[in-house]
Amino acid sequence: MAELRTETMTVNMGPQHPSTHGVLRLVLELDGEVIQSVMPTIGYLHTGIEKTAEQKKWQQVIPLVERMDYLAAQSNSLAYALSVEKLLGLTMPQRVNDIRVLIAELQRLASHLIWLGTHAMEIGAVSMLFYAIRERELLLNINELIAGFRFFPSYIRIGGLREDLPRGFHETVNEFLDRFPTKMDEFERLLTKNDIFRRRTEGVGVVTLENAYQWGLLGPIARGAGSDYDVRKYFPYCGYETYDFVVPTATEGDVYARYRVRIAEMRQSINICRQAIKRISPTGVWACDDTRVVPPPKDKVYTEMEALIQHFLIYSQGFTVPAGDCYVPIEGPRGEHGCYIVSDGSNRPWRVKMRAPSFMAIQAIPSIVQGGLIADLVAVIGSSDVVMGDCDR
Amino acid sequence: MADTHEHGLDPELPFITTKLEWLIQWARRSAIWPAQFGLACCAIEMMAMAASRYDIARFGAEVFRGSPRQSDLMIVAGRLSRKMAPAMRRVYDQMPDPKWVISMGACASVGGVFDNYAIVQGVDQVVPVDVFVPGCPPRPEALIYGIVQLQQKINKSRA
Amino acid sequence: MEASAIIDILKPLVPGVALEPGQSVDFATIYVPADRLVETCLVLRDAPALEFKVLAEVTAADYLPREPRYEVVYHLLSISKRLRLRLKVRVPGNGSLPTVQSVWRGAGWPEREVWDMFGIVFDNHGDLRRLLMPEDWEGHPQRKDYPVQIRKATQTYEPLEVSEEEFRANIERDRVKRAH
Repeated sequence: MAELRTETMTVNMGPQHPSTHGVLRLVLELDGEVIQSVMPTIGYLHTGIEKTAEQKKWQQVIPLVERMDYLAAQSNSLAYALSVEKLLGLTMPQRVNDIRVLIAELQRLASHLIWLGTHAMEIGAVSMLFYAIRERELLLNINELIAGFRFFPSYIRIGGLREDLPRGFHETVNEFLDRFPTKMDEFERLLTKNDIFRRRTEGVGVVTLENAYQWGLLGPIARGAGSDYDVRKYFPYCGYETYDFVVPTATEGDVYARYRVRIAEMRQSINICRQAIKRISPTGVWACDDTRVVPPPKDKVYTEMEALIQHFLIYSQGFTVPAGDCYVPIEGPRGEHGCYIVSDGSNRPWRVKMRAPSFMAIQAIPSIVQGGLIADLVAVIGSSDVVMGDCDR
Repeated sequence: MADTHEHGLDPELPFITTKLEWLIQWARRSAIWPAQFGLACCAIEMMAMAASRYDIARFGAEVFRGSPRQSDLMIVAGRLSRKMAPAMRRVYDQMPDPKWVISMGACASVGGVFDNYAIVQGVDQVVPVDVFVPGCPPRPEALIYGIVQLQQKINKSRA
Repeated sequence: MEASAIIDILKPLVPGVALEPGQSVDFATIYVPADRLVETCLVLRDAPALEFKVLAEVTAADYLPREPRYEVVYHLLSISKRLRLRLKVRVPGNGSLPTVQSVWRGAGWPEREVWDMFGIVFDNHGDLRRLLMPEDWEGHPQRKDYPVQIRKATQTYEPLEVSEEEFRANIERDRVKRAH
């Protein structure tokens, strides 16, 4: 038989594609169905947030950084607020830390729900999207309760929180926490032992631990490959060291392992939320008492001259931050979110830079999928849980 | 069936009479197929609109198409960067007529908070827009209202 | 671990390098001269007392009008030792520094981003193209002398990325293939 002449084919995937999670563009070179090479192109959602942030006052940057990783908005603002607070040398009251932990964990659940819905949908389990978004709506209701905004509450501020918790907050959160574990069981019944799902994910897109570290992948991707690195355990912030939880890991490093890690993480998040909500009193202190950053209470503003001036200064000129630089990492849903800020001592940041876990994950995609099948590419992108807003900023 | 004077509805007869134009526009407005054109944050609210709680299927616009060749409506959901603008124009050009555009959110409409080098200050510089939906991001209700407004617009336009 | 302690570990392993501890409020900061960067990074990665196996990020800051103008910042993470370290390299306005891709493979894109945003050249990078901005963009947006807003018409078309010669070569190749 004469030798079959074959030729590789170049396929452009994106930037407008239903399963690239936004505007990621991949140029694939295919030999039949086998991927020879992948060249990702990013930047289609480059928003210039870091440049814009340099024009804003310190507190005004919070809404901007929330729009970077839009699925984990409050992880961004928490990282940013912690960085600025570190430069200012502020320490938060216990109650503020507990509320921040609660909000960060609810945020993780919301982000993982979108990941679960879209990842399962792309593999073929379309109904998962509807179930996941149904539960996520309840989390958005909680956001709406605390700040009147579904998506970007900007509730975490430099120096504490925006305001005290609303009435009915504890009931709403407890109701959600009671309901959600049963829904988790429902999700797992649909997927975890589902033969089709397992065949699409087991042994696919394997990342070894060494490769994960080489490519700077942290978070669920590294934990799916056997790492136990979690910022909450290694470099605790907001008092995470006082919470009782475990860091789920798996050793296979494939898409299914990452799925299991994230599902277990969601259960741990529920666990942390339960501990946090017990510690939080319904009313109490919601900001630190540093008058440089936090305006005085309203009754003082109306009665005392100094308080009025202080209030006016904070809202007109903003506060200044001592010169220096600082990087505080937190464990976001996608891995290590960190905010590197540079201050020149004025009332505006000199430089704001977010460490973007999606950025590193997309960089590593070619090394993960090379030699695999094109159908597995979608599973790998889904399990990397990339958000283009986070990647391009 | 909105206006009774538009068509003769006689309960005795097994058919209705109407103007062909009205019928065509009725068909067009009742089954708008949006292109799956999510750019940023607003795309997640667009997904929420399509999902269980808001259920855009009630307004006949739930069939999100991956290919622009099969869509009638482009919901520009999110900020449009200068790098993305040519790609978006190409997607728009690939859509068959008649086609409509909803600019969803502040960034798509006017650039929003991102008045900087990277973001196109309003997608109407790139494609003609029928409905602007304000918000950052707009609530799903707001987007549904935008779609209903578009339906009214289609209804009033000539086939 | 303090910066001085890390420098004490590095000194015998990288002979003659001028390391300088920096001010910081969070974790140790060390200034490294650009010409000894790769050597130092290799030691940081492999020294048993340090084991900075992960490069968390690479970024830069533009300190216009100060000279040297830029500081390139590397955030390193040692998981086994629970350590973080910030490396800083001072780069003058038209200077360059070596890539650390040979030490951490993940440095490729962050360095490209720094080049794209600041115009700082990484020698021997191999793929130093625009990353976030369009390929034909002019200027480096994160520089302090670059405006935030620019008023220019939006480009709404994209030229075909195939040159005239490539186009002809494709047609020729196609013709040859059909002839067989």
